[in-house]
This record gives sequence, C-alpha cells and structure tokens, in this order.
Amino acid sequence: MSLNTSVDAGAAALAAPVIDRTRAKRKAARRRRGLVLLFMSPWIVGFSVFFGYPIVYSAYLSFTHYDLLSAPRWIGTANYRYLFHDDPLVWPAVRNSLWIIAIGVPCQVVAAFGIAAMVARARAGVGLFRTIFYLPALAPPVVATLAFVYLLNPATGPVNLALSHLGINGPLWFQSPQWSKPSLVLLSMWQVGNTMIIFLAAILDVPKPLYESAQLDGDGAFQRLRWVTLPTISPVILFSVVIGVIYGLQYFTQAYVAANVASGQASQAGDQTVNNYGYPEGSTLFYPVLLYQQGFRYFNMGYASALSILLLGVAFVVTLLIILNSRRWVHYAGAERG
Amino acid sequence: MADVRYVKATRIYPGTHSPAVDALDLHIQDGEFMVLVGPSGSGKTTALRMLAGLEEVDAGNVLIGGRDVTDLPPKDRDVSMVFQNYALYPYLTVAANIAFPLRMRGVKKSIRDQRVREVAKLLGLEDYLERKPGQLSGGQRQRVAMGRAIIRLPSVFLMDEPLSNLDAKLRVQMRADIAALQADFGVTTVYVTHDQAEAMTLGHRVAVLHEGKLQQCGPPRGLYERPANIFVAGFIGSPAMNLCTLPASNGNVSFGGVDVPVPTGSSNGSYVLGVRPESLEVATEGISAHVEVVEDVGADAFVFCSAEVGGQAMRLVARAEARRAPQQGDRVSLRPRAEEAHFFDPASGERLDRR
Repeated sequence: MSLNTSVDAGAAALAAPVIDRTRAKRKAARRRRGLVLLFMSPWIVGFSVFFGYPIVYSAYLSFTHYDLLSAPRWIGTANYRYLFHDDPLVWPAVRNSLWIIAIGVPCQVVAAFGIAAMVARARAGVGLFRTIFYLPALAPPVVATLAFVYLLNPATGPVNLALSHLGINGPLWFQSPQWSKPSLVLLSMWQVGNTMIIFLAAILDVPKPLYESAQLDGDGAFQRLRWVTLPTISPVILFSVVIGVIYGLQYFTQAYVAANVASGQASQAGDQTVNNYGYPEGSTLFYPVLLYQQGFRYFNMGYASALSILLLGVAFVVTLLIILNSRRWVHYAGAERG
Repeated sequence: MADVRYVKATRIYPGTHSPAVDALDLHIQDGEFMVLVGPSGSGKTTALRMLAGLEEVDAGNVLIGGRDVTDLPPKDRDVSMVFQNYALYPYLTVAANIAFPLRMRGVKKSIRDQRVREVAKLLGLEDYLERKPGQLSGGQRQRVAMGRAIIRLPSVFLMDEPLSNLDAKLRVQMRADIAALQADFGVTTVYVTHDQAEAMTLGHRVAVLHEGKLQQCGPPRGLYERPANIFVAGFIGSPAMNLCTLPASNGNVSFGGVDVPVPTGSSNGSYVLGVRPESLEVATEGISAHVEVVEDVGADAFVFCSAEVGGQAMRLVARAEARRAPQQGDRVSLRPRAEEAHFFDPASGERLDRR
C-alpha cells in the first residue's frame, strides 16, 4: 500500500512537467507556423490577387452576361450551352489549336534536340554555335513574327525569291490557308533557343561510361540514341513537351500578329471594324484568338470567361494526362520509382 | 578464350607530351588473371581502355587471340568490361541490364531470358531481376555489372577497379567471388586496381605500372620477394619496404651493427638497401630508434620509428608480435635479418642480385 502511494505521488510529480512540455511544444509549433506564413506572405498575396481572385471571378463571370458597361447579369449555363452547341467558330478554333499542338510541339522538340545534339558534338566553337542558335529566342515574338511574314512574303520575300531561283514555285505561306499554320510552325522552330539550351545541358550531362559500355556491345548512332541518350534525358523531353503543349494551348501573339500583317492590314491593326482574325480563311483562328475576339472585340466578357475556364480545365487535364503517361517512359536519376 | 598481347602499345593524350602508356609490352596468357596495378596516373586504366578500344593506340599494337584489334571498334573485339562506377543503365531493370549485350546482338528473347536466369542464379540476383539499379545496394549493383559482363562469355573480361566503390568487408567478399568466377569460366581477365591487396590476392600474375611504363610483371609472390626495382619494392607490400642508401666497405654495408654482404661483382660505393618490416626485428641490439606510432593490426603490430641510419634521419617500420610490441615513445633497437635484405642500384634503381 505504501509502495502504491509513493508510485502515485511520483506519477503526479512527473505529470505536471509533462503537461507543461506539451503546452510549450504546441506554442512553438504555432510560432513556427506563423513564421512560415509570414515568409510566404508575399507569394500568397501575389497569388491571391493576380491568380486566385481572377480565376474565381472569371468562373463567376462565365455564368453571366457582361459587356463591361452594365453590371454582370446571371444567365446560368447559357454561355456554356452556346459554346458547346451553337458557336460555329469554337470547333474550327479547337481544331486549329490541336493542329498547332500536334504538329508544332513535336517539331519544336525534335528541332531543339537535334540542334542541341549537333552543338554538343561540335569540337570547336561550341560557344559560338550555342549563341547563334539561341539568339532567335531573344527576339520579341511580335518582332520575330513581323520578320517572318516579311521573309515569307510570297511575292517579295527572300525565301520565295531564293526558291524561284532554284526553279521552285514557292507557296503562299501566310497568305494561304494550307500554309499559314506550317509557316507558324517554322517560326516556332526558329525560336527554340530556350528548349535547345536545356536539351544541350541534359545531353552534356549523360554519364560517359554509359556510352562506353554501350560501345562495347554495339556502337551504332541509333543504338546510342535509343538506349542511352533518350532514356537519360527523358525528364527534359517531358518538360519540353508539357511546356510546349501549354504554350500551344495559349498560342496567340504570333497568330494574331501574322494574321493582321499578312492580311495587309498592318497599318490599320487598331482598326476594329475590319475582321482579320484567323486570316486567311480562319486558318489561324486558334482558340485563344477566338477568346480574345469575343472578349475584347465584341465585349462578350461573360462568354469569353466561359471559353477561358474551359481552356484552363483542358490545360489542366492535358498536363495531368501527359505526366501520368510519362511515368512509363521518364526516368528520374536518383528517384526510386517503380 | 584468347590471349592478349600488347606490342609496344603507346598512348599519348592530345595536348600532352609524355605518354600515358609508354611502349607497353605485355603478353597475357589464355585464361590468365592479369592484374594491372600502380598508383594514380600510372597508365593502368589507359592500358585497359586501349585493350577495350575506348582509347586510341598512338603507336604499337594490341592483339587479342592473335588478331590485331588495334583499329577495331570496341564491339568487334569480343571483350566485356566492368566499369568502376558500374555504368548500369538506371532506367532499365536488372534483367534488362544483364540482357543488354545479348539484345544488342539480336539474340532471341526466349534465349535471352534463359541466359539472364542462369547468370542471375550464379550471382544470387534472382530476387532482384525486376528492380532498377537505383533500388540496389552497392554490392548488388556490382554483381549486376558482373552479370552484364559474363552473359555473353567474351574472349576477355576487363575490369576497371570494380571493387573500389564498396566497403571494406564487401570488397574482400567480392574479391573471393570474382576469383571463383574467373576460375570457373577460365576467361582471360585483365583487372585494374590501385589496391595492392587486390592485386596480390587476385592475380595469377601482376603487372606493376608507373608513369606509363611497365616496371615488373610476374606472380604476386615473385613481385614481393624479388622486386625488380626501387619503385616496385616500395609499392608492393604494406607497410612499404624500408629503403635506405648506405655506403659499402669491404663488401658489406653496415645496418644497425649487422654487416650485410653486398651483391657480388658490384663495386664498392653506395647501395640502396631494402628491408621489409617483417625482416626488421625489435631486438636488444641494433639501430637505436624512437617509437612514434604503433599500429596494432591483430596478431601483428607495425612499429613506426624514427632513427638515424648512415648519418641521415629516416623512418623505419618493423613488424612485431602484437602482444610484445613496444609502446609509443619507447626507445628500441632494430635489427635486420641480413639474408632477407634487398639491394638496388642507387643510380638506376634496378635490383642487384646476390648470388
């Protein structure tokens, strides 16, 4: 009995500091959370003001009729019904966007990889080649587009001039519905500098013994590419595909400028009475161009918001699909994925 | 199966003047386990890579099985190699890594799978076949690299410091495994290491390289007992041989009161005398020395002393029984066993034989 009491007394004596300690721990955790929030606050504020709020507000606007002059008027799902069932321009725009993604992104990735692989093999003047191939990426998109429209001018441009000297009748490029999108792809391939630099870094980073080991078993260039280079740089390929697809979904500047300039309206680009969106024949009417047209030309802000919310959803889903699919073919060095 | 012959094989790296491998002449017998050993920069890895075809041969020839392979690409030399960092493909499973050489040669999948199973069984890798190298321990990766090398039974195995990334215990175990494997297959093997313990335990013969030149090639015991020059004498054996330059008089050099007869037919002058630690006893008389460090390695202890020999201060290492070893700070007397001493020419560094 006496033993029991002494044990209880001891337990009581121990219990008090234990409670104190938990309290102190909780307090410290609270303080730590506060500190984390404090340090994160610039980003949190920035994100809320410039991303969070606009996205939520766009989502709201997409259920309204809003012309910027009168207050938004709730119309339920009418915008979405019009989008999916009635708007004759949505599906051509979606098709154009899909085209530029399906053709443009692979072309860019292959071009960036090809240039990087060549530069990586250069024995001398690596810096020079790197600079030459990177420079176009520094040109602002508007300037680059203007230059390309000029270069590819069917009648006076140097490209068709050169082709005619070779006896080839050059295409109409930006003036032809068949060639306008390929022209834009050419433009995007000329501007792959950023992607090329990332590929170059990845290629130079492939461990040499992997190549040497492969050499002992067979040393065809294709085998090296298939079994060593591509698997090792696969994270970079994934990165450039994801970035390329997102960029393709948002493809606007070049299409807008090219259509305007090519349609001969360069001097009157600000003239809102002439509709040159998607020139020629709607072939460059990409989804973001349609969105812009609805929002800032027709001031259908509600409908434009519905279009942008759909774009956001599609971008999210597509990116997710690519990343899920990538687990089968992307290898991360050091990561221990199944 | 094939023998390997280096004929005046030379490699000069672009932008350098002194050859990394200088007119190497070496004949490796069919089925032999040859170890190339030397300090960093001795050219041992370069010599191996010349044999693999991963390094150009600037002069001379390399022959495998009598066939001149000097200008053949690596894949046509029928050699396989284990790299220092294994060079496994991190994105392929263990099975795919091992099967890789067969796959490149277009071997049918059913045969490939069967061979992979056999090799995996031999190396104890059956349970890891579906894993990626990143999920394996260092020793397992090493075995995968071995598996990839043996799956197609090449004429020559090349190993470039394959154990240097393993911990000490595993290294000893893998060393035994490699020796057993080589004995089983009987494939000519060229093994590069800077670790003389590996060289001595693995090699049928050991070739010592220094500054691109072959110093000596022979069975491990021969290298230890009859080093051809001062470099080999100092390089083989741990701790290193005690080497001191001493003048001779009346056909003897005097070392710690012990007269050691110099090689016959040599003039009086000075000699480099070499005494291995085990040939230097802690005794009651001899060279007076001050004990600086005692390294107890179990049964034996190595006694590192400072002493004055022939008028110059030097460090001497003696081996003693661990239980009877002196303590740090003690004064001891060191006495060489004259009959076990080695002599070298101080000018050329070459061995001088006593007959």
